[in-house]
Amino acid sequence: MDLHGSDAATLSGSAGSDTPAVELTDVSFAYDVRLVLTDITMTIPRGKIVAIMGGSGCGKTTILRLIGGALKPKSGSVCVAGQSVPDMAPDALYQMRRRCGMLFQFGALFTDMSVFENIAFPMREHTNLNEELIRDMVLMKLHAVGLRGAAQLMPSELSGGMARRVALARAIALDPMLVMYDEPFAGLDPISLGVIGQLIRRLNDALGITSVVVTHDVYESLKIVDYLYFVSEGRIVATGTAAEVRASMMPFVRQFVDGLPDGPVAFHYPAAPYREELFARVG
Amino acid sequence: MNRSTIDLWVGIFVALGLGAVLFLALKVGNLLTLDRAPGYRLEARFDNIGGLKLRAPVKAAGVVVGRVESVRLDPQTYEAVTTLRIDREFQFTKDTIASINTSGVLGEVYVGLDAGGDPQMLKDGDRIAKTQSAMVLEKLIGQFLFDKAQEQKAQEAGGGGAKVTGGANKGDKK
Amino acid sequence: MSAEVAHGVAYWLRRLGGAVTGGISKLGYCARFLLAVLWHSPHAFRRIHLTLREIYFAGVLSLIIILMSGMFVGMVLALQGYQTLRRYGSDEQLGILVALALVRELAPVIAGLLFASRAGSAITAEIGLMKTTEQLAAMEMMAVDPLARVVAPRFWGGVISMPILAALFSAFGIFGGYIVGVRLIGIDDGAFWGQMQAGVDFWPDVTDGIIKSFVFGAAVSLIAVFEGYDSKPTAEGVSTATTRTVVISSLAILALDFVMTAFMFRGAR
Repeated sequence: MDLHGSDAATLSGSAGSDTPAVELTDVSFAYDVRLVLTDITMTIPRGKIVAIMGGSGCGKTTILRLIGGALKPKSGSVCVAGQSVPDMAPDALYQMRRRCGMLFQFGALFTDMSVFENIAFPMREHTNLNEELIRDMVLMKLHAVGLRGAAQLMPSELSGGMARRVALARAIALDPMLVMYDEPFAGLDPISLGVIGQLIRRLNDALGITSVVVTHDVYESLKIVDYLYFVSEGRIVATGTAAEVRASMMPFVRQFVDGLPDGPVAFHYPAAPYREELFARVG
Repeated sequence: MNRSTIDLWVGIFVALGLGAVLFLALKVGNLLTLDRAPGYRLEARFDNIGGLKLRAPVKAAGVVVGRVESVRLDPQTYEAVTTLRIDREFQFTKDTIASINTSGVLGEVYVGLDAGGDPQMLKDGDRIAKTQSAMVLEKLIGQFLFDKAQEQKAQEAGGGGAKVTGGANKGDKK
Repeated sequence: MSAEVAHGVAYWLRRLGGAVTGGISKLGYCARFLLAVLWHSPHAFRRIHLTLREIYFAGVLSLIIILMSGMFVGMVLALQGYQTLRRYGSDEQLGILVALALVRELAPVIAGLLFASRAGSAITAEIGLMKTTEQLAAMEMMAVDPLARVVAPRFWGGVISMPILAALFSAFGIFGGYIVGVRLIGIDDGAFWGQMQAGVDFWPDVTDGIIKSFVFGAAVSLIAVFEGYDSKPTAEGVSTATTRTVVISSLAILALDFVMTAFMFRGAR
């Protein structure tokens, strides 16, 4: 049964299998005037897991929004499966989004629906499958993340790790070709961290999807990703495979990977010289 | 909160709402009682209708028998021409008098019908022959003051010492 | 004028100008928002269940406060009205006083204000919270338009609930007036209802009240969904938005009431 209809051909057929899943070229973006991203160029090959790493507030989530078409770049191009996202007509954008899944930070589950209904949501909205089939598919997705028994719980009754897993099941509900993860490891206990990391890797390989993981958790990422991009203050400062990154001697990479308090990313927020401030007269 | 419970409550809610609207329309308002009974029209001309408004009641012996349907000014005779719509079950004699009254101090203005003894009845489209216009308060006061002034004049003309015996004179007036 | 004073004046003028242009552009944004909501409304009716759910949360759950307030208002009207009417010997007009005051003015306005503070604030908080927890963004990424699925049903839920609540407010108010007027004070039962029936016309009294409540419902619902959708995605932002909904809705109701009353009741009937 073809879930996806004719658009499957458009998004994966016309582009050859070596067309990267996502390609950003010289992308710049600003919310108001101040540039958040400058000259971002990334290539995300099909079937791979790519991590975008950097400190908080450096623009990582913005990159995901650009890929998903929620934001338009100021300059540069954003292409998903060979098609330019900012130039898409609403119908094409709609089709593209059906082929993408996104896992939001903290899950973003719909709080007024049960776990089952959350996962059934994209199926009910985008397909005409009858309830029996939907039920089976929901249970399959839940089984894949190990939460089949939690189907009737409400999101408020779930722990953080469980909510994250349910959100992951929802992200893959329609068997997407690209899944984006926004800080999937944030705020989880060590066991849940391991679970989520393993799920991301296994699902990526089993379903043949491409994954983009935005995170600042180095340890978990290096265990599962194929390729990394380091972003600092809106620019890409380093890239490499997991092995290359571990061995890298670049100061920024080293500070990030080893968790050093001071280095290229300074410890002190810019301020006047210490001596001057301490002995300054008030008034 | 499952679907059927929501449906039930919303159904009850909407039913209550419709019930309230119905209540307002029928018991509070006069949706059905107004102009439902078949009726006929009579014309009545007045010099002054005072505060008579459209849809004001037409009463006979205090009982509402109809409504004022239209009011206009005759450009030739400068009279107010009113059309009264009367319920068919009430017949009035040809010598009925139509007068404009006020019910109570704050009350509304209405048209009162006093039937006479004529064996013939008014038919649809007939004109009421005798009418009594509204009493306009300013005119009444003016009339009263004028009458008072006339009285004073008559007294002063009647006797020189009228001023001294003003009080006594007052006593034997009317 | 010294340089400092000039700077100060310029500063405040700039802020004033900014506030005015900001307010006007927000008004324009709100108008576009309304058009977008109306455009996506067919979805709210095709999936009627979404709207029914909102009618439940906005209307049914407001019943208690509306019915009780209605009754109390009616009772107070009867008490106060009686004192004044008695002075002119017109205490038999109490029924018509209570009915007209409620149906024409008090029911749409007070029910509207109560609706704004109970249901309006709840809608704003709900949508604002969904925005803060990225549920709306998640929906968008799943190619489901939040305007169609979240906003439009809540808007129409409010528009449909308001007139029903106002009618119930009137009905219970008149009932309250009856309890006080006839049962407690002792006015004649027949005079109470008879005068009322003679004086209250379905057209235009009752219908004007219904029109008013529709307009108020639309205004409150629009403001509620707009403030929620436009809120800053933080806890503080949501609470600010909720307060704004209540304040702006209340002002809008009173202003619209004046405009509509002037329009509807000009000239003698």
